[in-house]
Amino acid sequence: MKPVLVIGGGITGIQTSLDLANRGIKVHLIEKTSSIGGVMSQLDKTFPTNDCSMCILAPKMIECSRNENIKIHTMSEVIEIKGEAGDFKVKIIEHPRSVDVEKCTGCGICSEKCPIKVRSEYQSGTGYRKAIYLPFPQAVPLIATIDRTNCLWFSKEICRICEKFCPSKAINYDQVETISEIEVASIVLAQGAEAFNPEVLTEYGYGVYPNVVTSLEFERIMSATGPFNGQILRSSDKIKPKKIAFLQCIGSRDSRVGNSYCSSVCCMYAIKEAVIAQEHDPNLDTTIFFIDIRAFGKEFEDYYTQAEKGNKIRFIRSRISSIEEIPETKNLEISYESNGEIKKEIFDMIILSVGLEPPKELNNFSLSIDLKLNKYGFVQTENFSPVDTSLPGIYVAGVLSGPKDIPDSISQASAAAVRAASNLRIEYEETNYSIYQEKNVEDKIPRIGVFVCHCGTNIGSVVDVPSVVEYVKNLPNVIYAEENLFTCSQDTQKKIIHLIKEHELNRIVVASCSPRTHEALFQATLQEAGLNPYLFEMANIRDQCSWVHMHEHEKATQKAKDLVRMAISKARLLKPLTKPVTNVTQSALVIGGGISGITAALEIADQGYLVHLVEKEGELGGNFKKIKYLPSGDDPEKFLKNLKSQVSENKNIITHLNSKINSIFGYLGNFESVISKDKETTRIKHGVVIVATGGLEYKPKEYLYGTPGIITQLEFEELLSKSYKPESIVMIQCVGSRCEERSYCSRICCTGAISNALKAKELNPDSEIFILFKDIRTYGFKEDYYREAAEKGIIFIRYDDENKPEVSNDGKIKINVLDPVLKQKLVINPEVLVLSSAIIPQEDSKELSGILKVPLSKDGFFLEAHMKLRPLDFATEGIFLCGLAHAPKTIDECISQALGAAARSITILSKKEIETEGVIAIVDEKICCGCQLCLNVCEYNAIEIRNIEGKMRSHIIPEICKGCGVCAATCPSGAITIGHFTDDEILSQIKNAFKEVIA
Amino acid sequence: MTDFEPKIIGFLCNWCSYAGADLAGVSRFQYPPNMRQIRVMCSGRIHPSFILQAFKEGADGVLVAGCHTPNDCHYISGNFKTERRVAILKKLLEQLGLEPERLRLEWISASEGEKFSKTVLEMTNELRKLGPSPIKEE
Ligand code: FES
Repeated sequence: MKPVLVIGGGITGIQTSLDLANRGIKVHLIEKTSSIGGVMSQLDKTFPTNDCSMCILAPKMIECSRNENIKIHTMSEVIEIKGEAGDFKVKIIEHPRSVDVEKCTGCGICSEKCPIKVRSEYQSGTGYRKAIYLPFPQAVPLIATIDRTNCLWFSKEICRICEKFCPSKAINYDQVETISEIEVASIVLAQGAEAFNPEVLTEYGYGVYPNVVTSLEFERIMSATGPFNGQILRSSDKIKPKKIAFLQCIGSRDSRVGNSYCSSVCCMYAIKEAVIAQEHDPNLDTTIFFIDIRAFGKEFEDYYTQAEKGNKIRFIRSRISSIEEIPETKNLEISYESNGEIKKEIFDMIILSVGLEPPKELNNFSLSIDLKLNKYGFVQTENFSPVDTSLPGIYVAGVLSGPKDIPDSISQASAAAVRAASNLRIEYEETNYSIYQEKNVEDKIPRIGVFVCHCGTNIGSVVDVPSVVEYVKNLPNVIYAEENLFTCSQDTQKKIIHLIKEHELNRIVVASCSPRTHEALFQATLQEAGLNPYLFEMANIRDQCSWVHMHEHEKATQKAKDLVRMAISKARLLKPLTKPVTNVTQSALVIGGGISGITAALEIADQGYLVHLVEKEGELGGNFKKIKYLPSGDDPEKFLKNLKSQVSENKNIITHLNSKINSIFGYLGNFESVISKDKETTRIKHGVVIVATGGLEYKPKEYLYGTPGIITQLEFEELLSKSYKPESIVMIQCVGSRCEERSYCSRICCTGAISNALKAKELNPDSEIFILFKDIRTYGFKEDYYREAAEKGIIFIRYDDENKPEVSNDGKIKINVLDPVLKQKLVINPEVLVLSSAIIPQEDSKELSGILKVPLSKDGFFLEAHMKLRPLDFATEGIFLCGLAHAPKTIDECISQALGAAARSITILSKKEIETEGVIAIVDEKICCGCQLCLNVCEYNAIEIRNIEGKMRSHIIPEICKGCGVCAATCPSGAITIGHFTDDEILSQIKNAFKEVIA
Repeated sequence: MTDFEPKIIGFLCNWCSYAGADLAGVSRFQYPPNMRQIRVMCSGRIHPSFILQAFKEGADGVLVAGCHTPNDCHYISGNFKTERRVAILKKLLEQLGLEPERLRLEWISASEGEKFSKTVLEMTNELRKLGPSPIKEE
């Protein structure tokens, strides 16, 4: 089986590689810099959860480097692609590191000794590195690189200090570039985007005024691993700014620089940076100058509201045309219009929210292989095939095909993985689970290693980490304890493995963030060191300590000590556990037969697995049936017809129409569901579930909806398709969205309204159209439609919550609205009033969430495992999510997610056997009295009664037990306990909660 | 006593309440540092003896938090079992001379970070008023 080539080692390329590798496909991952990680590794925090960016990225980077199916080529570039889908020949050039990869340990002595200082790319130029350097502490691989342009040996033939000091003799000045050729079946492009360089906009003085920085630079300035170790300082005088401002849309929505598109992410990252900056200094005075705030993603609007109301960040709607520096103070003056007056204001520091541009090399690359780019130079994709490029066998994901945020990039990354696999003839090898030899330490006296994490400044700025380490060092059985800047970085993993061996550690405690996100990473580290992964315990001193007690340093430190002591007391008692292996039913259940469900089902079926597609209506298509036009000109009806015929011809798809899910039981790889149709029920078995149940158009209670001439956008679209040509139209945006009852933005209504308005104009060029809006949120390339609408004379009038339009209808519709520019009440009498109503969750979501045991978000949409990095997974393994069921989104976004959910599913379906959780119930047959009380409380029938030497005793069926522990809490004789959560372990945590108690 | 700081032990189920507590963290919802949390897979794992032990070790209050009834428990019905156990335990606590309010049951979902922080805040304030637990082993 031929491998797949993934170009670009950012989060997108990483996710694509993992999704392919985890289904047994070999991957070559090409990265031009010396480490994978991309732009996400430079970010301080991520919106809307304020997660620490590096903390959530590092586990994925490490997983990538540990996966045997992934070959990472750093310092490498693709120079030639020949051949066709299924059979490409690719030439790769690897630039010399001048350091021997096999020998370098990443100790960093070389860069300490190197005399040459250069501006660091990782710090976006805000800080320095040496001519020989490790790009950042968590780099993967963590190997030094000589930058030959700045190295004294290469420029002047002097120095060679690094060679002298390198303890492992890894420096090799004679390395040359190498060119290799590989054969691959498909190629995924994921080279990302670049930040706009604002130097060309001289009016902002970037590069001249030291206190004008870009948003990426500010991100580094805030970061604990940044130039000022997490302090926000001005570059001119290293003093903390008191008053800062963000200017939005720098290099976006600006035709002067050729970028008339919206960069989609800048509003949210600016709000995030403002919020985080305030976390550093609660008295910081922060203003964001913007045109429209585009907080269109899942739970973004709440984040925006919280920033404005909670954090008191000032939002001013104004595009700033220039910045003046006050030479004496290096402060910055800007002027803007507010309430008809021109105001001047002075700031200590100004951040330019720069947009995204395609990478510079993309143009030449595309010419060399004849790849189609769009008019802005990003890779061209189509609405209905969002990750296919113009070349068969070559796919694209992430920001290379247009600006988007991280979760959307991740969805596309998975989507591209499944598309790339479609060109492969797949022969799977048997999975081998026991690659690591395990030491038997069960009867050994505990020798505990404790690692306490600073998490940059996330923990270290609140909790006194060194004192926690000092404290635990004196606890019994603790053989070794240390602090780390980031315990999750790859070099720390290596170190932990080394220390386990050196000190014969047999239990490990990490005090850092949440086991929900990081336990798996550290467990894999234990495994690599030859320890059973369950000999590990975490103390959550970040999410549940430093982040929630930010202003109580002493008490937080005490709590951290207590939590670590509790973890250590549990660790003393930990026992190794084995993971049961079960068979996988290699078929999928897809719930919902709309565009998302159909897309997911087809992709899985095409790759050889059986799919049950369940639709509650009598026909496939869902909401998509009601879509008549797309602003791109694509024909939705034709597309749907084609999809439906593909479904009916596909032998791997069993469609259940008019059907409903009654129940789903089972677990990863082995689900069993009951589907009902009328009075009949069918029982099916499947290995995974995809939730693609869609959403609904809200039927407005506002603005006299339902009275003659007042309709929703979907109803209007239907009329337009029947050649309705009204003379005058008013559209009102945000009906049922961004309001008290429903705080979220429905994302697609702005583009939807503009699309219908353009169609109406096309049908009747003389029609008069008004769109009443709060913010126009035509993100990405959709901005083109907004501009087109304005050019065609469609009139946009802004309203705010205090001055909502007033509507009356006595057979004649009358709308009163305040024109904010003219400051006058405007009266409009349109023929039709079209309400852009919200997208709301499906009515039966609550019921399905109960059946599946997966959560809903506060807005009633399904809640994924992690909003940033796991948009398509539920926390429960084997259940996936896509489309409107996740949150409102456009058709291409639904298709990306559906393909992505298919990819995620196939990582399971491709295996015949799978390991399940080792945390399960254990019966002590000597104590069990055979009362059978446990039998009644077990919801999974995982307990059977066996005759053991003439006595009836409980027995746990390991593959079925889920480890909830209800039986253990019920057993009157204390014969049942749960692995990793034994009575003794929990009791020792309780005893140690406030004082040291050694049992 | 005005400067009395209650000690609280919180048992949190992995799927909802522990996730809710993590969300309180990422959202930076501040609450008093009086609780020491213990993660269990399901609230149904919490054996009555754990709660009694907590009081015996000097806890002034115990929080038991799990997924919302009826449907949210990741293991179908663990939360119902918890509900019954806590009801009985409250009676038992009274007989032992402890105010039943010292034991609190809350359903907190993975999306309720704010509820988590409010719960800890409220509980801490209530316990401050109630004063130290009358049963403390020396
Ligand atoms: S899993 Fe949360 S209460 Fe059962």
